[in-house]
Amino acid sequence: MSLTFLFFGILAVLAIATAVICVSNKNPVVSAMALVAHFFMLAGLYLTLQAQFIAILQILIYAGAIMVLVIFVIMLLNLGDEEKLREKTKYRKILASLLGIGFIAMLCSVYLGGGLGNKATSPMAITIGAPAALGKELFTNYLFAFEAIALLLLTAIIGAVVLAKRKVD
Amino acid sequence: MANETILMLPLYLIGFFSLAAVGLDPLFSKNKKVIYYLSLIGLLEAAISAGYALYLHTLTPAPNIEISYAKNMVSTGGMAYFFDILFCLSGILILLSSPRYFTREYKELSEFYSLILLSVSGMMIMAHSANLLVLFIGIEIMSLSFYILAGFIRIRIMSVEAALKYFLLGAFSTGFLVYGIAMIYGATGTLTLSVIQLSIQTNTINSLYLTIGIGLIIIGLSFKAAIFPFHQWAPDVYHGSPTVIAGFLSAAGKAAAMMAFIIIARAIFGGLSQNNFVKDLYVDVRLVLAVLSAATMLIGNITALVQKNIKRMLAYSSVAHAGYLLMGVVAANERGWSGILFYSTAYILMQIGAFIVISLSERNDEQNLKISEYRGFSKAHPYLAAIMSIFMFSLAGLPPFAGFFGKYYLFTAAVETGYVWLTIVAVISSLISMYFYIGLIIKMYFEDPDTQPMVAESGHAVLALTLSTAGVMIFGIFPSLLMDIAKIFF
Amino acid sequence: MNDLLLTIIEVLIKGMVLVTFILLGAAVQVYLERKISAFIQGRIGPNRAGPFGLLQPFADVIKLFMKEDIFPKLAFKRFHQFAPVISMGIAIVVYAVIPFADPVKITMADGTVKEIVMGVAPNLNIGILFILAMTSVGVYGLTLAGWSSNSKYSLLGGLRSAAQMISYELSMGLAIIGVLMICGSFSLSDIVTHQKGWFWHWNIFAQPLAFIIFMVSSFAEMNRTPFDLPEAEPELVGGYNTEYSGMKFGMFFLAEYSNMATGSILLILLFFGGWHLPFPQEWLGLQTGSIALGIVQLAVFLFKLLAVIFFIIWVRWTVPRFRYDQLMHMGWRMLLPLALLNIAVTGIILFII
Repeated sequence: MSLTFLFFGILAVLAIATAVICVSNKNPVVSAMALVAHFFMLAGLYLTLQAQFIAILQILIYAGAIMVLVIFVIMLLNLGDEEKLREKTKYRKILASLLGIGFIAMLCSVYLGGGLGNKATSPMAITIGAPAALGKELFTNYLFAFEAIALLLLTAIIGAVVLAKRKVD
Repeated sequence: MANETILMLPLYLIGFFSLAAVGLDPLFSKNKKVIYYLSLIGLLEAAISAGYALYLHTLTPAPNIEISYAKNMVSTGGMAYFFDILFCLSGILILLSSPRYFTREYKELSEFYSLILLSVSGMMIMAHSANLLVLFIGIEIMSLSFYILAGFIRIRIMSVEAALKYFLLGAFSTGFLVYGIAMIYGATGTLTLSVIQLSIQTNTINSLYLTIGIGLIIIGLSFKAAIFPFHQWAPDVYHGSPTVIAGFLSAAGKAAAMMAFIIIARAIFGGLSQNNFVKDLYVDVRLVLAVLSAATMLIGNITALVQKNIKRMLAYSSVAHAGYLLMGVVAANERGWSGILFYSTAYILMQIGAFIVISLSERNDEQNLKISEYRGFSKAHPYLAAIMSIFMFSLAGLPPFAGFFGKYYLFTAAVETGYVWLTIVAVISSLISMYFYIGLIIKMYFEDPDTQPMVAESGHAVLALTLSTAGVMIFGIFPSLLMDIAKIFF
Repeated sequence: MNDLLLTIIEVLIKGMVLVTFILLGAAVQVYLERKISAFIQGRIGPNRAGPFGLLQPFADVIKLFMKEDIFPKLAFKRFHQFAPVISMGIAIVVYAVIPFADPVKITMADGTVKEIVMGVAPNLNIGILFILAMTSVGVYGLTLAGWSSNSKYSLLGGLRSAAQMISYELSMGLAIIGVLMICGSFSLSDIVTHQKGWFWHWNIFAQPLAFIIFMVSSFAEMNRTPFDLPEAEPELVGGYNTEYSGMKFGMFFLAEYSNMATGSILLILLFFGGWHLPFPQEWLGLQTGSIALGIVQLAVFLFKLLAVIFFIIWVRWTVPRFRYDQLMHMGWRMLLPLALLNIAVTGIILFII
């Protein structure tokens, strides 16, 4: 059992635990904080995959920016009446858990059957996580996608401006 | 052989003009007309350059071969250019008809033009995708612009509701799509469509992941195209959003989603696979799609029967049209795909046209949208009523209008590939749809008005209506004009 | 495995030394703050505990330890307790990637030369991003403190801090990009090495605009005056920490001063040549990697650090606080566009050269 696998095991268990807390807790702030913790665990998992840059961006963007906004909104709205937010229908929960268990069973069967295709790790995998290598890929092979994403972000910004404008003239 | 710049020019142009429409907006804050004409010119130029590239493409010895540029990110197939022109055309139709509508309804327009351009550029990026990543980004650009456009009149509660519903469900469906793409990546180890095709042919794939991936992608795209059982958002969104935009969402958005179906289907099932599993999967997937298609058209048409609101009626009928279009994907042969191309063209022309007529006849704040209020419409507005009847006949699929030939190609494609039952269902549901399409015409011509005539300031919308009517008529009388072009891409 | 064990021991020792210095540093800063503010206001300042009042910060800490730990009745207990820990923890974690001098070479007993880096993990290739990420997460401490106290003042303070941090993080990150473009690395060691030699190699001369933006934003990130709206006394009693007492309050207090040191260190590393003298260090005649050079570099670093901290305190006691809308206006409408402009100009110049 290698050290990496040990880290992976700890992080994976914690990631699942925080995700479960996020879904099951009645208090929205607790849920949000559990999600933040979950993002940290995910970042840790990225680190075990040699993807430092992605890991740090996961924290910087999701935990540091997006979730802060989410918490901000939750606090501003002061969602005191959490009971109302609760799912009333029982059968949905049961159905969802059944589907989830089925999915896990399927993944397990694939894993145990060697279906993950244990291909040899590409030599590039060690270096690709470094910012320089990532940047090179982004600005050569994925340049078109990069530019297209710029348009996507522009659309999102315009949307925010249109929908949040205060006065109608 | 044309060079890369010319072949990618439509994408560059639309991108440039959508940036220009945003960037120049503050300079012309007094005179919005400048941005309006700039956007029109942008769409026109993109369409013309796409047409030129299409022409160059037909000259090549094998026009059904797609060539990839920009590191295998952008494909320049004939189908891509065809859809480019189509999307630009729908953008032009919407732009022409919107200023008058919006100035009557609502004063602000500045961001509207750039949003239309951005959504068209998203659709064009989709059309040109040679990589699932690019396809996804294109879908997202399109969808984001659609969410905003649906809620563009944010002082009207219906519009905001439509935007919110569309956004939440759309974001949810995007999750399915991404997950599906990730699964395909897991199965094949690549996102490039040509490599995916190759690895499926050479059987170096993980079949379970491929199956899950295809299933998730079908779910994701079905959401975008409003196919049963993922269609419930469509009526609310099309009803709530501003009328001209509802036409754009329902027609161009549907065509784009169908195009994504074609692109992915051709990549995964395009090559002849040696793999028995993939062959079986192919049969199964087509069967699933056939069932979805049948259910979609029946549900769409039957629910459209009982609608009181004309926008809602057209919304449900647009669900049914998604079902017809899906028949082409089920057939999955040249005839089916070119049928989708033809039907998309016809559908964009007639659906947007119908919505423009509605937008012209409605009063402020969407007051008179009940079907009953179209009684005696022909007395007050004979021309509009005539045009509306043409669109209705075409939507119902009656000759000699474009809608008929679209259905004809799709139905025959399904029969050719052995889906006779699907064709029977399609014919039955078309017959059902006659009731409400023709019913509207009867209301307009053969019943007396009980309300005072409605307002109709047209502006440039006349031009849009002329264009779409002419298109519906010409492609109805000479379908081979379009079909001959559409056929050579496959 | 032996190597791993050695590394772990080395990191542990370094970590302990570092934490001690952070805490001591906070004490020194508190003392400086009180003395300088007294000087600026024409007072004497602390002068009872020890010579020149030097023991005053320790007396403060002992007082905080002895105080009763109060929970407001309606507080959300778990978070109320947890929030200071987040603040303090993150304020300390940031130091992991900060280098304090060039690596020092030590000849071991068996003759092998071992290179010891001055810092816990200063060569991390995403160092600066790590600091940015951690400071952006640090806002949870303040926000949760504000929310869990179940008090209006606290909540307002927490919300203000969240809004302020998000707004200024952007321009701070974008300002750094200009520096990164010149240095070509995310690693703080590389950035400092890039600035060695004469003082005009320091980034402040190559990136003056980035420096100003970064400095203003880091004032805001540190919650220091003129951006200390989350704890504006006249409006919010005490801000997010109104309902805190005893050592929980003390932890916020420590975290704040520790953040101030981090901000100053970043300013030094990014713009003032880090531990480098204003002239080529070869002139000193010291061998690279020698312990003596290491000590000189540490001394230079400390001197610069004290100078920047003095500046920050000076600003606090001379400049009035911004109004909230002015703060937002400045962040979004001035600093952000300027930072973007800075990136564009830097890019163009780098492209031409």
